[in-house]
Amino acid sequence: MIRVEHLTKKFGNLAAVNDISFEVRQGEMFAFLGPNGAGKTTTIRMLTTLLEPTAGKLQLNGLDPALHKQEARKHFGIVFQDASLDQELTAWENMEYHAVMYHLPRAVRRQRIEMLLKLFELWERRNDLVKKFSGGMKRRLEIARGLLHTPKILFLDEPTLGLDPQSRNQMWTHVKRMNETEQVTVFLTTHYMEEAERVAQRIAVIDHGQIVAIGSSEELKARTGTASLEEAFLALTGTSIRDEAADPMARMRNFARMWRR
Amino acid sequence: MDAIYILWLRELKRYTRSRSQLIASLAQPILYLLALGFGLGPVFRKAGEGSYMQFVSPGIIGMVVLFAAMFSGIALLWDRQFGFLKETLVAPVPRLSIMVGRSLGGATVAMLQGILMIVACLIAGFRPAGPAALPLGFLFMALIATLFVALGVAIGSGLQDMQGFQLIMSFLVMPIFLFSGALFPLDHLPRALAALADVDPLTYGVDGLRRALIGAGHFAVATDLAVLVAVSVALLCVGAWRFSRIEV
Repeated sequence: MIRVEHLTKKFGNLAAVNDISFEVRQGEMFAFLGPNGAGKTTTIRMLTTLLEPTAGKLQLNGLDPALHKQEARKHFGIVFQDASLDQELTAWENMEYHAVMYHLPRAVRRQRIEMLLKLFELWERRNDLVKKFSGGMKRRLEIARGLLHTPKILFLDEPTLGLDPQSRNQMWTHVKRMNETEQVTVFLTTHYMEEAERVAQRIAVIDHGQIVAIGSSEELKARTGTASLEEAFLALTGTSIRDEAADPMARMRNFARMWRR
Repeated sequence: MDAIYILWLRELKRYTRSRSQLIASLAQPILYLLALGFGLGPVFRKAGEGSYMQFVSPGIIGMVVLFAAMFSGIALLWDRQFGFLKETLVAPVPRLSIMVGRSLGGATVAMLQGILMIVACLIAGFRPAGPAALPLGFLFMALIATLFVALGVAIGSGLQDMQGFQLIMSFLVMPIFLFSGALFPLDHLPRALAALADVDPLTYGVDGLRRALIGAGHFAVATDLAVLVAVSVALLCVGAWRFSRIEV
């Protein structure tokens, strides 16, 4: 369903993603784990047409997202790392906006929105403005929205960040159900190891832009001789803390540092 | 087509829902209208120029359209900050349709604001030349709206934070308003000021509005129309190009 071959993305001299290759099978739930700044989000951005790869080949459901942007976009849904709802619109209006932008036929639109809002337990609040929603409700709405156009693949970039355990648990239950009933392939990133262990059939660990291990949670533990996925993860990626160059100022400082060398 | 419609509808919904912002954005121009309209009236009349309220009303209407249009273009920045821009840009809709839908929405909102301002001017004592004046007036309002939405999108596509927005408001939008001749006649100006007014696109918008609404002005209607259309087309191209290059 997803095929990545020798994918590379360079920002100046920095290789955020450095020659990675992997495959995600149809109907699989695949977790992408890595410390901050390892290249997870950069990879997702390239897979979802938001960023051009420097080198390498991509395939989503048989389409190259770098070449056939518009077509490829119909085949996946995405829940971004940070919020992407219109807070001034209601839940229903956010869904409707998405349905129209993804060319859902009018007849299917209402029915599918209703089904998903009910499934994600937002039906009663459908006419409330999103700004009145809790963090967990916003997340659920974003996932429901990502599934609205019956995508073949769903990308979830740290979807449980900042949620309480109840919301996280409930969210994964819903995602798993959609994975089973609609055969959606799920590509997810998370910092919660127990989540990856619970929902993902296979896990890839990425660090410094390279994949350091790939396999089931059992395989990763066996390979590193550790008892838990958390320990396996630390064994693979080390214990030092990473600086994340996320905001523009930090990026500028890093850039300046690079020049001075 | 549907995508353009839903983008347009979204702009309208956001506009009609934020009542406080709607009132706040009309309060300042109404203050200008009342303080200047009545305050400078006697001097203006003594100088033999007629009623200042008649003169300044088209200028203030132009100001309202300018501010609303620029604001809705630059509101891209809010969409970026609240993440909604990503949702829109990752949809299977060509960038150009997104830009067109948004701009149409923004221009419509600016027109509505302008119409509210006309009503405020009428209440303050402004009297247009006649009912026939309005269609041409609307045409000029629409052109001002289009031109500055396009400029707003061109600028908003590159803005990353709120500081940038403040800079644009004080160093671009205010000068465009002040040098446009919205508040003063363009005859017998010092050369530097006249030159600034000549390169300010709003000058032709306000002048066109004046021609339409009170039947007086500095340039010919054809000149006003030609300049506004030409600059709008150019800015729409720049805006579309800048918008097509946004990365999120």
